[in-house]
Amino acid sequence: MHVVVCIKQVPDTADVKINPETNTLMRDGVKSIINPFDMYAIEEGIRIKEAYGGKVTVITMGPPQAEEALKEAVSMGVDDAILISDRAFAGSDTYATSYALSAAIEKIGDYDLILCGKQASDGDTAQVGPGIATHLDLPQATYVKKIVSLDEEKAVVERMTEEGYDVVELQMPCLFTVVKEINEPRVPSLRGKMKAKSFKVNVWTAKDLEADPEKIGLKGSPTQVVKIFTPQRSVETETITGESASEIAEQLAQKVESVLKG
Amino acid sequence: MLIIDRGKCIGCRACVQVCPFGALHIDDEKKAVVDPAICTLCGACVEVCPVDAMEIQREKADLSKFSDYKGVWVFAEQKAGTLSSVVYELLYKARQLADKLDTEVSAVLLGDKVENLCKELIARGADKVYLIEDSSLKHFVDEEYAAVLVRLARKYKPEIILSGATSIGRALVSRVAVQLHAGLTADCTGLDIDPENRNLLQTRPAFGGNIMATIIAPNHRPQMATVRHKVFPEAKTDSKRKGQIIKEALIDEDLDVRTKVIDVVKEISDTVNITEADVIVSGGRGLRGPENFKMLEELAKVLGGAVGASRAAVDAGWIPYSHQVGQTGKTVCPKVYFAIGISGQIQHLVGMQSSGCIVAINSDENAPIFDVAHYKIVGDLFEIVPELTKAFQKLRK
Repeated sequence: MHVVVCIKQVPDTADVKINPETNTLMRDGVKSIINPFDMYAIEEGIRIKEAYGGKVTVITMGPPQAEEALKEAVSMGVDDAILISDRAFAGSDTYATSYALSAAIEKIGDYDLILCGKQASDGDTAQVGPGIATHLDLPQATYVKKIVSLDEEKAVVERMTEEGYDVVELQMPCLFTVVKEINEPRVPSLRGKMKAKSFKVNVWTAKDLEADPEKIGLKGSPTQVVKIFTPQRSVETETITGESASEIAEQLAQKVESVLKG
Repeated sequence: MLIIDRGKCIGCRACVQVCPFGALHIDDEKKAVVDPAICTLCGACVEVCPVDAMEIQREKADLSKFSDYKGVWVFAEQKAGTLSSVVYELLYKARQLADKLDTEVSAVLLGDKVENLCKELIARGADKVYLIEDSSLKHFVDEEYAAVLVRLARKYKPEIILSGATSIGRALVSRVAVQLHAGLTADCTGLDIDPENRNLLQTRPAFGGNIMATIIAPNHRPQMATVRHKVFPEAKTDSKRKGQIIKEALIDEDLDVRTKVIDVVKEISDTVNITEADVIVSGGRGLRGPENFKMLEELAKVLGGAVGASRAAVDAGWIPYSHQVGQTGKTVCPKVYFAIGISGQIQHLVGMQSSGCIVAINSDENAPIFDVAHYKIVGDLFEIVPELTKAFQKLRK
């Protein structure tokens, strides 16, 4: 079984701070991490390899420093790592990103299963996974919380819904996006870290992918950002106090009721 | 592309500081320089430049090629014959957009034996309902639903397609947008029309809600967006409204044998799920144990709301993951959100800070949750919550 895991390097949003003077995002000193949801995809890929044999390839698209994210995946136990990096890809929206990743997966060729995190923590779109599946004309299951069974022919998974979950059967090859509930990502072993240190990541350019220039980068992106602004969050906090818990509760209940009615 | 007038630039660094992407720097001659490979043409620098040295030049779209595209479509998501409430919110917004564009609102309804829902869609503002009924559409199958929607969009050429940012909506329209090579913006909280070029102005939170971005797709039609729950009000019912039902048959090419839904399992004990609830009562580490979620359930029950939880409570195994609010859980936007015994780490805040009214109860008066709270109660939640339940019971008698 050859599992391809698509990951993204994102700013650690826990560290993102707003500059109070300019009211904009302060990016200096913000650590880059693997998108938290992608950690579950990496872990699941490795678990599938451990259970069924085969190998795991991790790919990402990004600037040269995204190599760090790939190396971290290697330290966890993936076998191969590919960085798609080219200035021609800059400014890609979800259409262009999913196109470039699907072109890379096509180049890889002999895959059985593609795993993605359910969404990235910086963009929160959840569009790239299904986009890759569509470009490759593969069946998909999103928000997968459990792989019930898996073989060369078909997979049975549980996908989360707002009310619970659906049990879905898919023909292989196919693509899943996974949620946190699926597993607990491992901590890299010392041996894994040593391996990652000297690991040579493959770098593929737009030319290597034979990518259609009309479908990549800013030019290939249907969507354009035209304005960025900081939401005005002027929350006026009213402190509710009282002699007793019941007094506080009664005041609060009345205020909440008027919110719900208004 | 971004053009910088070096004659005007005074090297004040204002643009460098506001660039959300780090695409600008000041060169040796003290002039701003852009890295076009990183720049997304977001315009933040243009607005802040004190000497008007920055200008964005965009290719002008040829609007004539879009003249065939008309109408605003709403994907009428239903499960087991019940429409998702976000559909009514979409119909409300679709009506506003359609009025600005002087066009019609249509709903697209897929399912098995769902014709009875057409009446409700029309009463809520749909001028037309495209109805596709088939036993194989009973459950949501990504590939088949996408194939039908793509086929209809090619046939009828809507200029806008809206869907709820639900688990089904997001999975579905992502496939549709790629097949139509359309622009798609996820999880919008604001939608408007640029009257000059009929572009849909799509505003959404990014970086966990720390910034907002307005996005357009000027050179592609249809323009597609998923919309966050509870941001827009529901369209009101007018049972006298007239509308047209257009039945479309499923064709062989729509079918995809590669995926089938074997079972649908309902897990959430409450009848209300947290993304649809008007009131959410959430608990965190301060609850000290699983047994105390009972107390929150009682409060939620009185208010007809749902129970949520912080990551800490879910990780401790006190409540299932499907209740988790926050970055690795669900993003919610209820009318009222109770944060009880939740300290308010940023990962939690990004999932609930756009709620209409936030009530925080915590024993630590410096808890960060209070920074986003409308009502702050410093105290023992074990004393206050039961009293609160009683107070609401009294008011609602």
